[in-house]
Amino acid sequence: MTVAAAEIARIPNRSGMWHFVRRNPTLVGGLAVLLLVALAALIAPLIAGDPIAAKPVNRLRPPSQINWLGTDQLGRDVWARTVYGARISLVVGLSVAAIAMTIGLLIGLLAGFSRTVETVVMRLMDGLMAIPAILLAIAFVSLSRASVSVVVAAIALPEIPRVVRLVRAVVLSVREQPFVEAAVASGTRLPKILRRHILPATMPPLIVQATYVAASAILIEAALSFLGAGTPPEIPTWGNMIASSRVYLGLAPWTIFGPGLALALVVLAVNLVGDGLRDHLDPRIARRM
Amino acid sequence: MGAFIIRRLLSTLLVMGLVGVFIFLLLHLSPGDPAAIIAGDNATPAQIEAIRTSLGLNDPLHVQFGRWAVRVLNGDLGISIFSNVPVATLIAQRVWPTISLAFTTIVLAVALALAAGVLAAWKAGSLADRLVMILSVVGFSVPVFVVGYLLIYVFAITLRWLPVQGYSPLAEGLWPWASHLILPSTALGLAYVALIARITRTAMLDVLAEDYMRTARAKGVGTGPMLFKHALKSAGVPIVTVVGIGIALLIGGVVITETVFNLPGIGRLVVDAISKRDYPIIQGVILLFSGVYVIINLLVDLSYTLLDPRIRY
Repeated sequence: MTVAAAEIARIPNRSGMWHFVRRNPTLVGGLAVLLLVALAALIAPLIAGDPIAAKPVNRLRPPSQINWLGTDQLGRDVWARTVYGARISLVVGLSVAAIAMTIGLLIGLLAGFSRTVETVVMRLMDGLMAIPAILLAIAFVSLSRASVSVVVAAIALPEIPRVVRLVRAVVLSVREQPFVEAAVASGTRLPKILRRHILPATMPPLIVQATYVAASAILIEAALSFLGAGTPPEIPTWGNMIASSRVYLGLAPWTIFGPGLALALVVLAVNLVGDGLRDHLDPRIARRM
Repeated sequence: MGAFIIRRLLSTLLVMGLVGVFIFLLLHLSPGDPAAIIAGDNATPAQIEAIRTSLGLNDPLHVQFGRWAVRVLNGDLGISIFSNVPVATLIAQRVWPTISLAFTTIVLAVALALAAGVLAAWKAGSLADRLVMILSVVGFSVPVFVVGYLLIYVFAITLRWLPVQGYSPLAEGLWPWASHLILPSTALGLAYVALIARITRTAMLDVLAEDYMRTARAKGVGTGPMLFKHALKSAGVPIVTVVGIGIALLIGGVVITETVFNLPGIGRLVVDAISKRDYPIIQGVILLFSGVYVIINLLVDLSYTLLDPRIRY
């Protein structure tokens, strides 16, 4: 075998999994972290103790063999609370992304096809976008009864206009494409054009957008919990863990370490998945600003 | 140009009107009853009803909205339900810490982000570029309050270089004022730096690939003037757009940063008001913040012609 042939033999299968990993390090890395966190959240009772049980005798203990990340001001295990806290963050991130995408897609499709709907809806969206998302969410949550579904709705609402704008922009550009004109000219009905031509075109940018929405939703949920305007306080979340540990920052810095690091890591992973998907699906899509 | 400004102003007014309707509806359709809260736990239904009537909460919704809108247009944001002080006065009392924080953050963040973005684009593919890109993804992912407490722990509690929390007015000296703002501005500005550095790099990469940059180079333009005078100005439009859009991020961050660092600003005012369901304060502050956001983005739109003479309206 010549040297050149040996070189060729060593080139891995181009369609192989390893090739995909090598080409998309951020996507795969981010996904790996998220899967790990999701798994931990799912099997929380197996890998962590009771996140709620208060043992005042054990309060503010530094990390040890028994309490890996120490204990908080009520003697609760920080590791257990961090693991259980992942549940809220992941649920909120996923549901907000799903809701904002679905509603945004429907409104965006309508706005892209009907002039009258477009004028009214886009003005409404401008108005909604002018209100700082976090303030809108805080007002919404704190004026209703605190529950996970209210938090999800409050965070999803300000995200909808951004999705609507994106979908409308895609619809407007695809509508002018020759293949759509051809479909219209040959008498294809609107629902079929929507299903066959328009919807598939909106998917790649929508999927990328969904990850950024999820990242921002996780951050806003944590901010709401931190400000005391989030989910009921008895549910451990990274935001309310950080809020309750701030008084003890000088005394017991470990109480903030677990939730702070987990939050930053998960948001980073979601953003990396978004960047990776963007590069993989369509290099031309600009990152949402 | 004149017609464009008028059209743009009209649409700004429309947006603000919509914001008013949204905020009014949101706060009035939600289940919390301020009359019951004012009356206290031991009030009889009749007493609560009397308070509702005196506050005008029993009138039809559109009447309440009309009354509120007319007053707001006259600069009257209402009176705080709890402290009985006009909301405009409360905001005026709290405005300086917020302006100080926003001002220092924007100036520091934009300067740092432009420098980092230009460097990354100029040395594209280098270690410095990689570092700037990694930091910008990380900076965008770490929440304000996590960075805030980390900074407090390291620089205020452990090293004791800077005060932990609080605010000192500028009138009491430059250093006390600045020393109270260094950590909050850093925490708040991180995501903003990340956002602007990223877009600066992208915009600069596009400009640096243009033929006229090679021409400028061939004419003997030095590296510094080439990057900052020729290229950065051409890359201005997308950068300024993001600086404007990023204000929304900053406003949300101000609310949290003021809580973390115990700054007595407008953000704290609204957070405190929300826990007491003090409608007029919440309405007033959200309206104010939305107005600031809308006006800044109006200015951004108008600034395009200054940055790029090819843009004519």
